[in-house]
Amino acid sequence: MKFIICSYLLIVSGVTYFLIQDKELKESIQRGKDIYTDFCITCHQETGEGVENTFPPLAKSDYLMNNREASIKGVKYGQRGELIVNGVTYNNTMMPLGLENEEIVDVMNYVLNSWGNSGAKMVTIEEVTTILK
Amino acid sequence: MKNSIKVLYLFVVMTNLSCGQKADNGVNTPSETTFTAELIVDGLQVPWGMVFLPDGSMLISEKSGELILFKDGQKSTITNGPAVYNRGQGGLLDIELHPDYENTGWIYFSFASEEGEDKGGNTAVMRAKLIGNSLTNNEILYKASPNTTKGQHFGSRMEFDDQGYLYFSIGERGERDINPQDITRDCGKIYRIYDDGRIPEDNPFFNESNAKKAIYTYGNRNPQGMVKHPETGAIWIHEHGPQGGDEINIVKKGANYGWPVITYGINYSGTPITDITEMEGMEQPIHYWVPSIAPSGMTFVTSDKYPAWKGNLLVGSLAFQYLERLELNGNEVTYREKLMEDIGRVRNVRQGPDGFIYVAVEGKGIYKLVPLQ
Repeated sequence: MKFIICSYLLIVSGVTYFLIQDKELKESIQRGKDIYTDFCITCHQETGEGVENTFPPLAKSDYLMNNREASIKGVKYGQRGELIVNGVTYNNTMMPLGLENEEIVDVMNYVLNSWGNSGAKMVTIEEVTTILK
Repeated sequence: MKNSIKVLYLFVVMTNLSCGQKADNGVNTPSETTFTAELIVDGLQVPWGMVFLPDGSMLISEKSGELILFKDGQKSTITNGPAVYNRGQGGLLDIELHPDYENTGWIYFSFASEEGEDKGGNTAVMRAKLIGNSLTNNEILYKASPNTTKGQHFGSRMEFDDQGYLYFSIGERGERDINPQDITRDCGKIYRIYDDGRIPEDNPFFNESNAKKAIYTYGNRNPQGMVKHPETGAIWIHEHGPQGGDEINIVKKGANYGWPVITYGINYSGTPITDITEMEGMEQPIHYWVPSIAPSGMTFVTSDKYPAWKGNLLVGSLAFQYLERLELNGNEVTYREKLMEDIGRVRNVRQGPDGFIYVAVEGKGIYKLVPLQ
């Protein structure tokens, strides 16, 4: 009996923790969608597929999944020069967008959880703040 | 039955007649190149505006806020430029010389500014004089309000007409349902002021209570090209549509260009904004682009350097990264051609006082188009 109660409590608290995290992430993704529509969509497009040879895709992008820090840095400070994304070389400039750290968190969470992207750890304000130029 | 066929036939004919332009909207690739593009100013990020000074130097604005003087092959930074709100599409934007620059010394700047009480920014127009390597006598002539943290649609191209009025564009700042159709609000408009910032009494809404009196046209989305027609003296603009529906328009006093009530474009999501492309009391564009080329910068070719292009319109394409040449018959676009294919995001194009065409490309710099002999 004791064992059942213990495991019940453990499961409940685990699920609660997960649900809170999940709620935070969901809200962040929702806000991130607005940021994306405002700042990113003209180049990276509605469904994150980008424009071939010009603006790299964000949907199922190997660069994004394998270079989390560099991706956040690119959003924070701008990005230029060669990038290989899904086997295609891109050489373009993304100017700094002027986003606040909270907005970078949200837009990264949106991008990492959209168009078939999933499974990445939630981006937090601490993470974005510690990434420097 | 016969009647209904007639009606249907009439309907089809009328529908065709009522379209703003012919269905063929294709762009051509030239079979031979007639010029070389020489990179004369390199190492630029987003060269938004450029003007040619009488001493042969060039003043260039970077979106980041940096103002660059290019003289005798050297770049130097001009100090005391405006404080810019560098977010999204906002920053230091266009530059224009006073029509009598040699005597007045006035240079006009448009930029995103945080001035005002609300958080965020909006488009401002300033004039100043260039003394040595610094701006002086900075005077803000117009500042749109309210500020917003939205990143889009600052507009910002400027042009003087033959009477000396200054026209400038301000985009709708991402508030298409609030701003463009409301003349009591800034944004989504073309403005007209005197060279010192005063508002002309014969502006179309000067006597309307609560109207923003500097407004000259409304229902615009985000015009980033503006040029005076070399013969008619009319002000021509182009503006970004949403997905599809970029337009060329001729500025007419008090006119409504219809955004977002009528448009040839759709939302980025692919859903329609409206299925209406025309309406009584709203202007039709003289040309529209589907798909969007994302036009920025515009000039007429008037010099003798490019005989085959004389009278043509040149327009930069941000999205497809080329310079577009449009042949015209009066106000009708008769032919479109891609120049400088895959050069990069073309932000600006102007004809210099030497008659050559100069093209500003993001991430690269400024190219001079030199005709092949």
